Amino acid sequence: MEATLNSIIAAAAPLVIATMGETITEKSGVVNLSLEGSLRLSAMTGFVVAFWVGNALVGFAAAAVVGAMIAAIIASTSIRLKLNQIAVGFVLTLLAADLASFLGDSFVGERGPRVPALPIPVLSDIPFIGKVLFDHDLVVYGSFLAIAITWWVFYRTRAGLNLQGVGERPEGAFARGINVNTLRFWYTVLGGAMVGIAGAAYSLDVKLGWRETLTLNLGWIALAIVIFGGWHPLRVAFGAYLFGALQVLAFHLQDVFPGLAQVLPIAPFPLMILALVFVYSSGFRRIGDRFPRMRNLLGSEAPAALGTVFERE
Amino acid sequence: MKALRAATPTLVSLVAALAFGVVLLLLAGAPPFEALWLLVQGSFGSASKVSATLLAWSPLLLASAGLVVTFAAGLWNIGVEGQIIVGAIAASWVARSFPGPVWVILPATILAGAIGGLIWALLAGALKTYGGVHEIFGGLGLDFVAAGMVVYLVLGPWKRTGVASTSGTDIFREEAWMPGLDALGTGWPVIPVALGLASVLIVWLLLRGTRFGLRLKAVGRNPRSSFLLGIPTNRYVLGAFAIGGALAGIAGTVQATAFHHKLVPSISGGYGFLGILVVLLASFSAAWIAPIALFFVAISVGSTQLDLRLGLDSAFGGVLQGVIVLFVMIGGAWSARRSPVSPAARGEP
Repeated sequence: MEATLNSIIAAAAPLVIATMGETITEKSGVVNLSLEGSLRLSAMTGFVVAFWVGNALVGFAAAAVVGAMIAAIIASTSIRLKLNQIAVGFVLTLLAADLASFLGDSFVGERGPRVPALPIPVLSDIPFIGKVLFDHDLVVYGSFLAIAITWWVFYRTRAGLNLQGVGERPEGAFARGINVNTLRFWYTVLGGAMVGIAGAAYSLDVKLGWRETLTLNLGWIALAIVIFGGWHPLRVAFGAYLFGALQVLAFHLQDVFPGLAQVLPIAPFPLMILALVFVYSSGFRRIGDRFPRMRNLLGSEAPAALGTVFERE
Repeated sequence: MKALRAATPTLVSLVAALAFGVVLLLLAGAPPFEALWLLVQGSFGSASKVSATLLAWSPLLLASAGLVVTFAAGLWNIGVEGQIIVGAIAASWVARSFPGPVWVILPATILAGAIGGLIWALLAGALKTYGGVHEIFGGLGLDFVAAGMVVYLVLGPWKRTGVASTSGTDIFREEAWMPGLDALGTGWPVIPVALGLASVLIVWLLLRGTRFGLRLKAVGRNPRSSFLLGIPTNRYVLGAFAIGGALAGIAGTVQATAFHHKLVPSISGGYGFLGILVVLLASFSAAWIAPIALFFVAISVGSTQLDLRLGLDSAFGGVLQGVIVLFVMIGGAWSARRSPVSPAARGEP
């Protein structure tokens, strides 16, 4: 039991980091649709750089730069050129994925440096909890921090209020003296950098090495989890852990039920769609009217200005 | 002269994209101009290569034509890949189960493909109109389900004789193949190309000259005012999905019965997503689909030569396609920034 929970938390760590990044980006009103490509290109870059330098940390930094650069293209073409974020994001998805395959071709099969295990002294000796939560490496602790900081900033700081204002009612935020587009640009870049770090985690931590199918479909799944989690950091994290559990389950089942092990990794998508349909249904709305607290817990409203361009009149 | 000035940003972007490709090839340690020449050679260098390029052109034309319709309605039909797959599954079912000569099976497989794609697209449409699920995510979900279905069929109920393998089902019997023009010796894909070009022409006429097309575009531009003006927007959205899905499904028929002659896991060939790139590059208009699609499949087909001859990953073709679209979009928006035309007037959804 302890070992299973431990491996679920480790398996979900990169996805947690990526989904927190995308949640931050989307909360500010920008869609970074390129995750499928961003993850793959940053996983490749992170691995190759770490392989050259012989240091995993440098690899993570390079991957973060790649993710940030892709995000910066989406943000700046939207803000400066009024290009559709979905269109640019979609093109970058395919472009980055193919770029990763092309440039990474000769590195398939190489083994790079790995992230050292780092059990936290004292805490990891606590029975059960110690083994589940504190017997990991820096990537996993980073994923905990990402959840905690995202939640805290969103709901407990002025910066978080401004961030949500920019994503919900940019005109209002602008009237209060906030530079909407500057804030959007930097939150998008930050989110992209986190996606990049997640990519490197796949090639330097979860698996040691790079191949084309390493992050296959995980970018799309990360986008789905952000919606499934209703743009709330804790619920998004819950979605990522749910997916981690499915992955671990599929891994254990692949010898017993090979068919089921094939199906489980795509299960989150139909699940997410069912969840969205349920929340949209009139039955749920009636329940929500009677129990507002439940609506807040389960309902998901996208940031009102998501995907739109803000122009000062 | 005026036309030349209008085309300048596009030409500059194309040159910049090519320059990017050259730099990338240099980075990979490959002779850039030999590699680019191989792209041309690999797609148009001989009669059989031209034939292969034309055969690949057809499903891309069909998928792109369908996407023009859904884009006109303001929809991001990311589910197009799934619609191709389900069309191919339906066509394969007909090809595998029904007896009869070519002239019976051929229309039956085309019809089955169209129905399969249509049903899959209407699912995404219903999720959007009645379930509140954005078509991007409904479509992506259905793409995953369709991909799962085809793997299940290939490894399970339709596994090839002997050992099940991801290399696909058994080859269809020859009467179920979409016939080529063997009289010319190389099996020219006349029927697939005719289907592809016809679909582009029909979509062009539909959007230009019919009441349905004009109202569909109104729904795409401004769903709310269209609704207030009495256009049943939901019906138009579903109609666009139905047409787009049917055309994508026929692309699946071509893939299964004219190209692979069996059902394989990668049956869509990626032509759905590539079609989105084509339509983005064509600024959502049917008029430019045919030449752009030909240009793009030439890159795809030619890039397999890079792998064979220079040991480069064939993903280079995809990189080049992506960079071209990205640069042309940026170039177009850059020059449009100085003109007072709004994005909507440029025909964007």
